[in-house]
Amino acid sequence: MSDISLAALAAQVFTGLVLGGIYVLLAVGLSLIFGLMTVVNFSHGALYMLGAYFGFVLMGRTGSFLVALVLAPLLVGVFGLVVERFLIRPLYGRSPDDPLLLTFGLSLVLVEVARLIWGKIGVTLDPPAALAGAVNLGFTYFPTYRLFVIAVTAVVLVGLWLFLEKTNIGLVIRAGSRDPLMVRALGFDVGRIWFLVFGIGAGLAGLAGILAGPMRGAYAEMGVTIIIESFVVVVVGGMGSLLGAVISGLLIGQIVGLTTFFAPKLAEIIVFIFMALVLLFRPSGLLGETGLME
Amino acid sequence: MNRRVFLTTTAAGAATFAFPAVLRAQSKDPIRIGFPAPLTGPFSAIAADMKQGAELAVDELNARGGILGRKVEVLIRDDQLKPQVGAQRTQELIEKEGCQFIVGGLAAHVQMAINEQTKKAKVLFISTSQSDEISAKPDTSPITFHEALNPTITSRVVGKWVMENLGKKWWIVYADYAWGKQNNMVLSETNKKHGGTVLGNTPYPLGSAEFSAHLPKIQAAKPEVLVSCTPGADNIAFLKQVKSFGMHQQMKIAQPLHWISVAKQGGPELYQDIYGGMNFYWELQDGNPDVKRYVDSFQKKFGTPPGEYGVYAYSAILEVARGSELAKTTDAEKVADALRKSPAYNHFKGKQWWRTCDNKSFQDMWILKGRAPGKTKGDWGLLEVVSRVPANEEFDRTCAEKGLA
Repeated sequence: MSDISLAALAAQVFTGLVLGGIYVLLAVGLSLIFGLMTVVNFSHGALYMLGAYFGFVLMGRTGSFLVALVLAPLLVGVFGLVVERFLIRPLYGRSPDDPLLLTFGLSLVLVEVARLIWGKIGVTLDPPAALAGAVNLGFTYFPTYRLFVIAVTAVVLVGLWLFLEKTNIGLVIRAGSRDPLMVRALGFDVGRIWFLVFGIGAGLAGLAGILAGPMRGAYAEMGVTIIIESFVVVVVGGMGSLLGAVISGLLIGQIVGLTTFFAPKLAEIIVFIFMALVLLFRPSGLLGETGLME
Repeated sequence: MNRRVFLTTTAAGAATFAFPAVLRAQSKDPIRIGFPAPLTGPFSAIAADMKQGAELAVDELNARGGILGRKVEVLIRDDQLKPQVGAQRTQELIEKEGCQFIVGGLAAHVQMAINEQTKKAKVLFISTSQSDEISAKPDTSPITFHEALNPTITSRVVGKWVMENLGKKWWIVYADYAWGKQNNMVLSETNKKHGGTVLGNTPYPLGSAEFSAHLPKIQAAKPEVLVSCTPGADNIAFLKQVKSFGMHQQMKIAQPLHWISVAKQGGPELYQDIYGGMNFYWELQDGNPDVKRYVDSFQKKFGTPPGEYGVYAYSAILEVARGSELAKTTDAEKVADALRKSPAYNHFKGKQWWRTCDNKSFQDMWILKGRAPGKTKGDWGLLEVVSRVPANEEFDRTCAEKGLA
């Protein structure tokens, strides 16, 4: 096909960056929770969905997208704290299957509750007027809102990195993921760190949800497929590795984007083919530490 | 089981055997029409409209004395947009709940599964789903009727109109399942027949919310018309992303169908200048008292104007009634024969008829265009009628082409 111009390809790379950004926000939270607590959080997709719906409600109440963008992730984060405190905490020390089953059940409940409250049909969210329309990037027109999503994702990830690397709490979180017993011996309350980390992970999922809302709309089942893809991102990046999740999320965003461009029929399964290939050559993922899963 | 229950059951059983009159009285039991539809999932808005159309038809039937003097009930069940669930619900409706007729189905692939069950159980089925196969070999049967339009008709009618009015260079985006594939095929044929070019065809998985990865390529190809076969909730996500990329300023957008419940949810900003075909639109009531009567009673019962799929459900249930009255029985084959023997009907929206060789209904089609925001008529008046295309058997494949002649 001679029509495949460099400009279209460049636009495709930007599109892939947005897809990847959403994956990264979800995968970083999943990875953080798994790395620290060895909890496979199956309710992450439902938290993503809650983020979009909370955003919808808050935009209706306040009329401001920015307020919703800040408050919705916070509310989902608080909801995550409640889930950790009352549902997951009693399961610590038991088989890792128990929290997995619990969060899976929780996701089913949340989807049904969303259907009850907001209806089976789903709702549409509009981006704020300032971000509506498209900008001329020189080689193509690209939706302003999608550029905004790329920017927000970048800012949040840098903020998260600073928090983990430069603050004392971050230091304890990183230490806790290496050796919780030693951290406890040093007098830190590991339970409180886990509590906090689950809240942060949930908040990031909520942020991904409200960011995706104006692009894809909000509906009860919106987290069902993306949770699977996010797990693929985590596995490819290496279970528990944050940098791995970021790299793998962006990589998979590009792979999906480019496959859609050249071979649309393959776009759906390409992530799984890619995962299989990565695991074949690097069984613990791109940046995973060997032995973490054993 | 306690003694009293045992006694009453055996007594009732004995009475049934002893008195044929009791048997006759039993046929005064209500006539039950089973109605599988995807009440949850991406088609739920359209399914809700179908449910209401069915309920209105049953209300009206009962108000005028039911069918053959028996009360009518409609049993609506969620097929979850899954063929295996649709098949299971249908089987339960027939075997456990004793339905004499099945009407309904919305997604083409689920409707096929329903049809398998009704054929097996020898129950008359009137499909309200868009599908080409349902009225063709090997899927059709003498007791399978098809009330809705099908992809061949919609894509030939809308495709021809688009060629004549909007442009000849197209790009087609379609949901990768029965309905989408059939539309894509017929649209491509229609385009070629009228001397156009299809620059590209993009399939995507049904139920997608993310289309952006497909769009730069389409934008670069510069088609005159973007033809979108993105049903249900996909339609909103698709149009939203197409418009956010500014593509509506670079090309016209047309679809084989508009769905008013979906358009209402998406809003006028999204649907402005989007062209599409329909079998019915509530504003047709202007100047047509029959349509007005229907719209008024629907509005009175449900508080919203009727949609296009509710009309299919309404008409199909009234056809079950008409056929049963004509045949004086609920026997599937006799009702089917009766409908073929007097195939013409008009349940308010204009003359329709069953083609006797394939049990396919023929009806007028309308081309509509989305109004600009501020120009809409209330919440539901998002579209304006651009053109009427009278019913014509030539728009469908012939019975010979369907393997039926």
